[in-house]
Amino acid sequence: MESNVIISVNQVNFYYGAVRALTDISMKFRKNKVTALIGPSGCGKSTLLRLLNRMNELIDGTRVEGEILFEHQNIYEPHVDPVEIRRKIGMVFQKPNPFPKTIYNNISYGPKLNGVTSADMDELVEQSLKQAVLWDEVKDILNKSAMNLSGGQQQRLCIARALAMKPDILLMDEPTSALDPISTAKIEGLIEELKENYTIIIVTHNMQQAARVSDETAFFYLGNLIEYNKTEKIFTTPDVKQTEDYITGRFG
Amino acid sequence: MNKATHRNFIRWRYFKQSVFFTLVRASALVITLALGGIILYIIMNGFSAISWDFITKPPTDAMTKGGIMPAILGTIYLTVGAIATGLPLGIASAIYLTEYAKQGRIIRLIKIGINCLAGVPSVVFGLFGLGFFVIFLGFGSSILAGSLTLGFLILPTIIGASEEALKAVPQTFREASLSLGVSKWQTTYRIVLPNAMPGILTGSILGIGRAAGETAPIMFTAAAYFTAKLPGSIFDEVMALPYHIYVLATAGTNIEATRPIQFGTVLVLVGVVLGIDLIAIIIRGYMRRNKRW
Repeated sequence: MESNVIISVNQVNFYYGAVRALTDISMKFRKNKVTALIGPSGCGKSTLLRLLNRMNELIDGTRVEGEILFEHQNIYEPHVDPVEIRRKIGMVFQKPNPFPKTIYNNISYGPKLNGVTSADMDELVEQSLKQAVLWDEVKDILNKSAMNLSGGQQQRLCIARALAMKPDILLMDEPTSALDPISTAKIEGLIEELKENYTIIIVTHNMQQAARVSDETAFFYLGNLIEYNKTEKIFTTPDVKQTEDYITGRFG
Repeated sequence: MNKATHRNFIRWRYFKQSVFFTLVRASALVITLALGGIILYIIMNGFSAISWDFITKPPTDAMTKGGIMPAILGTIYLTVGAIATGLPLGIASAIYLTEYAKQGRIIRLIKIGINCLAGVPSVVFGLFGLGFFVIFLGFGSSILAGSLTLGFLILPTIIGASEEALKAVPQTFREASLSLGVSKWQTTYRIVLPNAMPGILTGSILGIGRAAGETAPIMFTAAAYFTAKLPGSIFDEVMALPYHIYVLATAGTNIEATRPIQFGTVLVLVGVVLGIDLIAIIIRGYMRRNKRW
């Protein structure tokens, strides 16, 4: 079990200014699994997700206590370069956010700046788009602006863009909350396929989605980790009353 | 409220609305008329002076005849020099202020300082240029000193425009780029700046117009009353359109007789400013392709 752990969060507290957003969080994320983070708005689930690739530090006045181990290395050690961390831990955001560039250049942007040569680029672009199940829809319009794609296509493009960096982990922050049901289904199918090769950590507001796509689920409430277990267990026989109340829709 | 009073109430509201609409339309009209009037006046008085010789020949007969070519060229040199100084410096400052600096009291102070700089009279810039570039750095009265002075003059305009344009780039672009393991500088250079560039240029066009048209800052730093030959290097002084107009209108050998030349010069100055703006607009249009979100 220990050998499967890819990220280990140890006694993490997180503050926005004087406000504590996460309290004493300890949990382990397992390799090649889909872990869902659920809980009502403001419970800290997105904050935790953004701690894993050090995106929170873009906000002035934030502070982290505790450690987050990735590959046996605390990513908050002073000598660790967040750029290195983000190469290995990719992210997909709530709203599709392609760059105002062509479809091709959206994918090639990250790899190019990280040393992939143009000779290998065509193949990498094709492979990434295929992984994100977008290739057939865009293979003839690679040089058109990504802004012309539909919302669902844009989000799959963003997934392809993250995959092109060949990360170990893919963080997804409510990736379908801005999408219609059909696009949502496509992305959920995609998550299923991707977990063969990637570790996925997904924040979602949609409990059916958590139940459908994840292997493990963590329930957060008011900055605390209330319960963390196999998804099946959480959604059938949770140990904590609060978890049960939330997943059965009694609050949240 | 019964039906009749309600109807009156609605009517009263429509009346108020039409009054205000008329007022705002009238303001727009006044502005347009004023601008149109000025341009028409310049064209009517200046057009007769314009000829091929006027824009390609140097002045003759103690500047009462001949053309204004050295002044046109001088103004173009000075304006391009001012852009070359002000644009990189202004964009760099704005990048620091919006992308890198921790927002706080010091940054607020710097921003207040920049705004104050925008309010400093241009003659003060001229004196600063004289003291610093011309005398202290020993550039003499030259294209270099004049360009640098004008560059500093338009700096607040460019910084202000650049800040606004940088802030208008969605935060999600920065996050997306950083999340791909791209460094902050690469993100700024590759994503933020290209997307802000059209906005930066729009704001900078105002600065360009000002640089081309100002008289006071170049009076002590670059402008010559009369030079027979064209400048050979950036350390030579030049004639310039605004200063030429000032000279002809106040200190020329025959002020009344040169009125048409004065108006002609004004017209050419307006033309040069519009020409430089046009180039900026074309560059902006080129940069805007594909840039919408």
